[in-house]
Amino acid sequence: MNFDDTPQEAEFRAVARKWIAANAPKEFEEELSKSSLGRIRLAKHNMVEVGKAWQKKKAEGGWACLHWPKEYGGRGATPIERVIWQQEEGVYGKLTQPFQIGEGMCGPTVMAWGSEEAKRRYLPKLAAGEEIWCQLFSEPSAGSDVAGLRTRAEKKGDNWVINGQKIWTSGAHYSDYGLLIARTDPNVPKHKGLTMFFLDMKSRGVEVRPIKQANGMQEFNEVYFTDVVIPDSQRLGAVGEGWSVSLTTLMNERMSIGARLATGVPEMFEFCSNLMLEDGLAIDDPAVRSKLASWAVKASGLKYTSYRAISALSKGERPGPENSIGKLVSGLMLQDIATYAMDLEGAAGSLTGTDEEQANGQFQQMLLSSPSMRIAGGTDEILRNIVAERVLGLPGDIRVDKDVPYNKIPTKGR
Amino acid sequence: MNFDFSDEQKQMRDEARKFLSEQCPPKAVREVLDGKAPYDKSLWKGLAEMGFLGVAIPEQFGGAGAGHLELCVIAEEMGRALAPVPFSSTVYLAAEAILIAGSDAQKQKWLPKIASGDAIGTLALFEGKGNPSPKAVKVTANGGVLNGVKKPVADGAIADFAVVAARTGSSGRESDISLFIVDLKGAGVEVKPLTNIDLTRGQAEITFKDAKAEPLGAAGEGWSVITQVLDRAAVLTAFEQVGGADRALEMGRDYALDRIAFGRPIGSFQAVKHMLADMYVSATLARSNCYYGAWALSTNAGELPEAAAAARISATQAFQHCAKNNIQVHGGMGFTWEFDCHMYYRRANAVALGLGSLSYWEDALIDRMRKKNAA
Repeated sequence: MNFDDTPQEAEFRAVARKWIAANAPKEFEEELSKSSLGRIRLAKHNMVEVGKAWQKKKAEGGWACLHWPKEYGGRGATPIERVIWQQEEGVYGKLTQPFQIGEGMCGPTVMAWGSEEAKRRYLPKLAAGEEIWCQLFSEPSAGSDVAGLRTRAEKKGDNWVINGQKIWTSGAHYSDYGLLIARTDPNVPKHKGLTMFFLDMKSRGVEVRPIKQANGMQEFNEVYFTDVVIPDSQRLGAVGEGWSVSLTTLMNERMSIGARLATGVPEMFEFCSNLMLEDGLAIDDPAVRSKLASWAVKASGLKYTSYRAISALSKGERPGPENSIGKLVSGLMLQDIATYAMDLEGAAGSLTGTDEEQANGQFQQMLLSSPSMRIAGGTDEILRNIVAERVLGLPGDIRVDKDVPYNKIPTKGR
Repeated sequence: MNFDFSDEQKQMRDEARKFLSEQCPPKAVREVLDGKAPYDKSLWKGLAEMGFLGVAIPEQFGGAGAGHLELCVIAEEMGRALAPVPFSSTVYLAAEAILIAGSDAQKQKWLPKIASGDAIGTLALFEGKGNPSPKAVKVTANGGVLNGVKKPVADGAIADFAVVAARTGSSGRESDISLFIVDLKGAGVEVKPLTNIDLTRGQAEITFKDAKAEPLGAAGEGWSVITQVLDRAAVLTAFEQVGGADRALEMGRDYALDRIAFGRPIGSFQAVKHMLADMYVSATLARSNCYYGAWALSTNAGELPEAAAAARISATQAFQHCAKNNIQVHGGMGFTWEFDCHMYYRRANAVALGLGSLSYWEDALIDRMRKKNAA
């Protein structure tokens, strides 16, 4: 048992480190290190532009999407090399945020289901950050039950005509292409009438509207489709096979290993170490210590769980299912930590921004943003279902709409 | 990075599991549970023959000389099987104390006997309520004899000898505490079994009246040794706890698959599924913390104090959580004597206290994290 690289890993790490030292945009290092929770923002620069520049440089050096084959813009690297790269990329990895949906979900789907021509046309530009992709799955009435989506695709000659609405689309406003799942047959059960497409987000009839979120920010969008035309050549997989195609996308979403998940624990430890209560520092209070210790062991448990997955990769094995627990643990923990930090401040805990003097409103911001951590990318409940069914082997839910034609499924609760 | 046990170590785990599933089925555990024997003597003998008792004891002292990673994988299996033997007292506490502080002669005298199963040892630390603390030690050592009362002492009623923490000074500092080895069969020692919630592991009160004691380690060094022993035992016990947590989770999962209610397996209800998923999460976090503890223990790393506390907290929480919800998944059947759920519930809650309670280790973890942050 050790934490050391193999000789080959050490060599790869040294090459990566040297390249990063020579090429990384060091002028943003400090700003990027400081933003540990929530979305990344740069004070004086456009995050997407800075990200694109870094991604392009990486692509030129052969460091973009490095687990992808070379002919599609990658490096043909092994899974463990990808993890080592992420470790070495460090804070600069935060700049890749606009490309993560493309690299993690859309790209692998095109790779698995696209024509050779499409792969050669789209993947290298995606890898180089020249074209940004978004994912158009969720709808107002199809969240966890995404197969219940309503957006229609109707065949007209060699084209498809799209009408409907998507929601929670990160980056739709700066994306060039979108991966879209739509209903092509409402007369068959819901999973069977879906088809996957990709489209140019500048197409006529596509309208992107930002959503004002519960935390007051605007990070996601609604996307409306009015008679949008997609050529049949932009279909991925067979007509009616969209659900299987989407599973490729979603599997990739949950496979990311060594992903940087914020837990809130280092911030809370520092907060409690500096917060003066009536009887002394918060961290000297037994009740505070007890909570802090319980959170700390969850954070360390997650860290070492990811080390176990990395070790499996290093040996060329498939990591076990353990890694699926990350978001389930960290999302709720962020919310609990924020609530408790504010509790320790008493009435002043309700203040935000710089009016909250202890930590510049950090935990208040965390409180307001954390509900989304427990919903986006699979709600806590869906993740528990996945653990229960795929890891523990428990039976799937009884699905009352499984064999019902989509257009016969009730749409109202009462 | 190779943050995993080696193939040989995994093979040893498989051997231990096979051995215990044959030699220590629930039926055997119930012999002790029902008070028919104070511990499973034939299992103890078998563990010695397998080389498990001396796995981390160097060959020159009669052990297998393998190491602590090997001991971790065996500990996990002992916890899984609820082995009703004085393994933790003898191997994690007494043997470790002698390994850390014993003279060559003491090692020669006791370690081979531990490895061969001929001597059961324990650590006599507590004196009534409260967590490990030098202030709580009132038993005195004067002129080579001990006086005072230790309670509870794990496996005290079946132990041949004890490592005893006693007061040799009155400065109010840690250096007032020294360690001694006492032959529990000797004069001036009275042992009284105590009842406790874990019926598969005994507790005792031991009264010393001018009992002959041999110093273990230098005078005044006792508390430092105790701290090291507790850290090591915390990691090893955490593996037992993870083994128990995993088994409780499996029992719950299996029952949820088999039991039909409202015309369907109860494991298809989300209320039950989610409970089991949460048990899996706790057990997984605990296992990962334990692996880090195992690494720190086996390399004697500077990180051991923090790693041991994290493993201990995480594993205590996981075993308690899994054992409690295993009963809940079983419903009424889980509350019968006949089903094994209560044995895990009893063990989970007793083992949570034996080395100092959860709050003690939470406190220790925060101190140790602060120390690291300050450094």
